[in-house]
Amino acid sequence: MNSPATTAIEPLPTVKPDRLPLMLLPVLALVALPLIGSASTWVTLTFAGLAMGMIIFIIASGLTLVFGLMDVLNFGHGVFITLGAFMATSVLGLMTGWTTSTSLLLNLVAVLAAMLVAMSVAGGVGSVFERVIIRPVYGQPLKQILITMGGMIVGEELIKVVWGPEARPLLLPTAFQGSILMGDAAVEKYRLISVVLGLIVFAIMTWVLTHTKVGLLIRAGVHDREMVESLGYRIRRLFIGVFVVGSALAGLGGVMWGLYQQSVTPQLGSQVNVLLFIVIIIGGMGSVTGCFIGAMLVGLLANYTGFLVPKVALFSNILLMVIVLLWRPEGLYPVGKK
Amino acid sequence: MLNHLLSGDLPRSRVLAVVLVIILAGLLLTPFIFPGAKALNVAAKICIFIVLVASFDLLLGYTGIVSFAHTMFFGIGAFGVAIALTRMGPTWKGVAIGVAAALVISLVLSLVIGLFSLRVKAMFYAMITLAVASAFQTMASQFSDITGGEDGLSFKVPELLTPGFSLREAPFLGVSLDGKLISFYLLIAVTVLLFLVMLRIVNSPFGRVLQAIRENEFRAEALGYRTVSYRTSSNVLSAMFATLAGALLALWLRYNGPDTSLSFEIMIDLLLMVVIGGMGTLYGAVVGAAIFIVAQNYLQELMKLASGASAKIPLLRDLVHPDRWLLWLGLLFILSVYKFPAGIVGKLRLSAWRKRTAQPGA
Repeated sequence: MNSPATTAIEPLPTVKPDRLPLMLLPVLALVALPLIGSASTWVTLTFAGLAMGMIIFIIASGLTLVFGLMDVLNFGHGVFITLGAFMATSVLGLMTGWTTSTSLLLNLVAVLAAMLVAMSVAGGVGSVFERVIIRPVYGQPLKQILITMGGMIVGEELIKVVWGPEARPLLLPTAFQGSILMGDAAVEKYRLISVVLGLIVFAIMTWVLTHTKVGLLIRAGVHDREMVESLGYRIRRLFIGVFVVGSALAGLGGVMWGLYQQSVTPQLGSQVNVLLFIVIIIGGMGSVTGCFIGAMLVGLLANYTGFLVPKVALFSNILLMVIVLLWRPEGLYPVGKK
Repeated sequence: MLNHLLSGDLPRSRVLAVVLVIILAGLLLTPFIFPGAKALNVAAKICIFIVLVASFDLLLGYTGIVSFAHTMFFGIGAFGVAIALTRMGPTWKGVAIGVAAALVISLVLSLVIGLFSLRVKAMFYAMITLAVASAFQTMASQFSDITGGEDGLSFKVPELLTPGFSLREAPFLGVSLDGKLISFYLLIAVTVLLFLVMLRIVNSPFGRVLQAIRENEFRAEALGYRTVSYRTSSNVLSAMFATLAGALLALWLRYNGPDTSLSFEIMIDLLLMVVIGGMGTLYGAVVGAAIFIVAQNYLQELMKLASGASAKIPLLRDLVHPDRWLLWLGLLFILSVYKFPAGIVGKLRLSAWRKRTAQPGA
């Protein structure tokens, strides 16, 4: 009697990886090259776009995960950006000796300190925000939109109470200023640093999501929350963790954005909000990879159109969103939600 | 008679009725009891915002749709009148053409946005309208040949409405009967009319369906109502009323620019007014707009006193700084959403209802 177990087990059917949206980035960059004409300008613009995209990605990644996990869309996410940026002005303000010195090491330590402080403060405030603002209104989308908007208003006002309503300068440390030449193209040092930092964050995040148990649970939770709960995992605790990390990343993004713009205003967060929503809609709500590609597309397109047709640059994001949604109505990487 | 005029939707609370009468009387008597241009401007702004907030409530409170593009329609109305009067000179024909053109643009835009995006979840609709509104705002400041850009447009209104026009030489009860006064009372008349029309709409069978959709969309659909077309109609109607409110604003100010009618701050103010006054009750729009705009203009003076008194205490001094008035209204907003989602009006009605039912036989 032959048992069926002796027959070879067929491998589980796997989904073919969807690489099409990934191709959008090189395609966009290559299409822009002949339009711009000069290769050196193109390199400069591409790096500017990538740097901007990386910062947007760092800010938006938490937002998209929070939405994916609990269907919570935080309209107050911008507060954490502003908070992070203002923390950086305070920390770097205390360390002026270190930022104005020409030593790369001291500069680096100062910036890292600013980032760490900004992230921990934003994360801490994030956990309070989750407890006070978001938890009472789970599962009530209408109230959630209103209340997170209210959190945004109050947060912005409180920031004005602490740091004052005026714009504050946030200067780059000496060693980060200036640009380096790549062939004919001048690339600002800080943009290179932003790109590297963004790639590191993306790599760590991808690694955590795909190679750790927590990451597995987060991905499973995004896909089907109830199933994960019924297997005995406390998705609420997971959610709080993701929310806090997301807020901390927004704080980090705020520091980077502030250094990029060289000044910080209390309205920073609410101004970036629209951009964030566009990015996570383009990417597919809840998808980190989609968010990454969406952010890069937005960054590149903004810089290319800003150079080619400045008037269109103001609408390039909306145009991009419309085109992407016409192609894939649920975003680039739709999260197969139950 | 009154019942008929209010479409059967009476205040249903004695306190609320008194408050509404006080607001109406206050508005009507403003030129006589509160002298000065500031009081008149505040009263006019209250009128305009009553229309605007009520139209937003039609969408948010009655249909349960969160839109962040409401100020866009407000701005279209204001720009319609402003552009028409700048180009055609101060004639009534210009006003009519401006309002009509603005209404048509709003109709088309709200229909397109509604049809495209009302099928999606509330979150997406909120985000998409936010994006569209911000694009519209940049567009308005970019096409400066037409819209005047960041500077906006100053224009002349028909002679009847100008301060130079005088009904009779001698002042009446110490108030000169000039065009400003005429336009103020015209504004109140239009406000009352539009408000009553909206009250009629929400208390019609159509309005009941909207509320059914708000409560349970799936069930409303199962009962055989085409929810998408109802939601779209609600979107369009609310956009139309917002456009009219915008036209009123432009006529009153004789100026319009992106900051006065399009900015996102106005959108946030609107949200605050609707929620504090009471979602899903048009009377809430009246109470919310009155409280908010009075607070916006006079709370700062009060806070100036408080911050003067606490000048020595570091943190408190900053918290009650006159520029931080939005902080306190924001806190009130969050509290309202938690504790009394039906706002002040809902709270008043509830306590009146409890009182009635607590006395058996009464």
